[in-house]
Amino acid sequence: MSEWPLIAGQVFNGFSVASLYVLAALGLALSFGLMRVINMAHGEMLMLGGYLAYLTLQVVPGPLGILAAMPVAFLGAATVGAVLETTLIKRLSARPLDTLLATWGVSLILQQAARNIFGAIGVDVRAPEWLNHAYTVSSGQFAGLTIPATRLFILAVAFAVMGALSLLLARTRIGLLVRAVNQDRGMAAAAGINVRAVDLSVFCLGTGIAGLAGVVLALLGPVTPNVGQSYVVPAFLVVVLGGLGSLKGTAIASLIVGLFSALVQILVDVSLAQVLLLLFVIGFIQFRPQGVVAVRSRALDA
Amino acid sequence: MDMSMRKGTPLSGPLAGVTLGRPMALSLAVVALAALAPWLVSAYELNLLARFLAMALLAMGLVLVWGQGGVLSLGQGVFFGLGGYAIAMHMKLAALGDGDLPDFMVWSGLDALPWWWVPFKSPLVAILGVVLVPGVVAALFSWAVFRRRVGGVYFALITQALALAFATLLISQQPSTGGFNGLTDFQTVMGVDLGTPAAAHGLYWLTLALVVGVFVALRALMTSRYGTLLRAIRDGENRIRFLGYDPTPFKVVAFTIGAVLAGLAGALFTLHAGVVSPALVGVVPSIEMVIWVAVGGRNSLAGAIAGTLAVNLAKDGVSSAFPDLWLYALGLVFVLVVTLLPGGLAGLVADAGGTTWGRRLKTLIMGEAK
Repeated sequence: MSEWPLIAGQVFNGFSVASLYVLAALGLALSFGLMRVINMAHGEMLMLGGYLAYLTLQVVPGPLGILAAMPVAFLGAATVGAVLETTLIKRLSARPLDTLLATWGVSLILQQAARNIFGAIGVDVRAPEWLNHAYTVSSGQFAGLTIPATRLFILAVAFAVMGALSLLLARTRIGLLVRAVNQDRGMAAAAGINVRAVDLSVFCLGTGIAGLAGVVLALLGPVTPNVGQSYVVPAFLVVVLGGLGSLKGTAIASLIVGLFSALVQILVDVSLAQVLLLLFVIGFIQFRPQGVVAVRSRALDA
Repeated sequence: MDMSMRKGTPLSGPLAGVTLGRPMALSLAVVALAALAPWLVSAYELNLLARFLAMALLAMGLVLVWGQGGVLSLGQGVFFGLGGYAIAMHMKLAALGDGDLPDFMVWSGLDALPWWWVPFKSPLVAILGVVLVPGVVAALFSWAVFRRRVGGVYFALITQALALAFATLLISQQPSTGGFNGLTDFQTVMGVDLGTPAAAHGLYWLTLALVVGVFVALRALMTSRYGTLLRAIRDGENRIRFLGYDPTPFKVVAFTIGAVLAGLAGALFTLHAGVVSPALVGVVPSIEMVIWVAVGGRNSLAGAIAGTLAVNLAKDGVSSAFPDLWLYALGLVFVLVVTLLPGGLAGLVADAGGTTWGRRLKTLIMGEAK
């Protein structure tokens, strides 16, 4: 019995976990780069996406239900994001640490609301038939390696979102405005760009992507009131590693975190893997405190 | 706040030259009242008060770290837990005969004491451990992060990951940590039977004395040159750097003091509550600790104590009657205090000078300003 299937399986797991982290971290990283605020209720956008998927499947039960759930979750989470941005985050934009605390309060309220509406145990979203199987390698060096179709689906969604987002940022007028504000806020405002509108749309886009991630997440396990919490802390670490406001940095950092966790778990259990991941992050910032990809220096941004 | 700026009563005798201002007189009255609490409230209420005062030690540490230093830590629960587990491990071991193992280790099939438990058999190591373990962990951790100029939001996120990792580790290493249930069922500490009223009173006074001592010490620290520089770093780290200071040691010292106070708080809390468990140290309790200080006023030591008592009393009252309601209330408090009342209760008292009634109230509490 060779160890190759195990290692290859974990590498594949690492990629699929990384694709979830990418989807969870993109919104955080985008608005952090733009506004320097972290939305602690971001995890609850994942949760919201999961519950919206559950509700959509009640209405559209067929094999295409999960595809119908995706725009629903995207729009639902983006709407909640818009409310959050205009009522709370806008007011606190000059105080990033306070934004953190206030949005944490929102996160507590949303979790408790989910507990009261859907129950503490969680609801199941069943993967449709066309995702409910696995590919097994039966011969060669990797014999015994099993790849579930849901995990491939997650990878595909992550790639599609990344691709769409980079096209949006690189090729459209909206993307141009976002890049301008990201580079120099004051200058962009002076040039007549409606900076507030850019903030708001990027924030909504980010929470929408988190909602989308929630749908994908629901395929892997039950949607519980604190499902978002288990993904959002690694997503925060991705933001720390990734560098300010860079799509590429976020993607690479997600891969690092995903692969590191998956590979370390070959040797140790999940809880020790968490401790090692944290030590790895602290070790990493000794060498690259500015993150994987540095658009701007972190050192003098006061 | 400079005492000499306020009208006060000059004292005679050995204290001649010390002016007893109204804030000082008020503080002394509050401390005296608190010292009489064992005769004023029931044993249950005294225990609650003792727990909350222990937590106030941690809250005062957060005033230094967060209010003065501008360093938001979402991982104070880790240091609270390290202090709590240090004393709890000692109490578990002290109750055993030679070669025996704590009950939960026997149930988990362990046949030898883990090596890191062994030194805590000694009371001296345990007491030192309460202070040194959180202190050393905090110093190394914060130095590693701050020296690379990673701070602000990044630091807050890393401390939250620390709290998550610590709580998960405690739960998963069930055979040697007691897992989810933590450590409980203590009989004696340093030869004192914990079940007696005398022990409860003694521990309460010890906690109160520490609160007063830490209050005075931190106040002195905050008015010292160190305090001035710490605030300057908070308000413009790069300017301080250009003036020729290295901000890193200042922030590391503040964070370490905060962690030591959290460890002390954890140890005292464990003695009062009779239990320490992962439920007290994880992500949610850690961030709850920040809200005590936010409610009280992040720059005021007295505010931090008041905020800790207020939030925990409310939690005790609301969460036992309506457990669901408490989380909504807590969430709402986070949002409202941070957006509308960034100075907390202390800020409210300070701002009250704006209205006639407020000025009267403030004069009543703080004395007449010259």
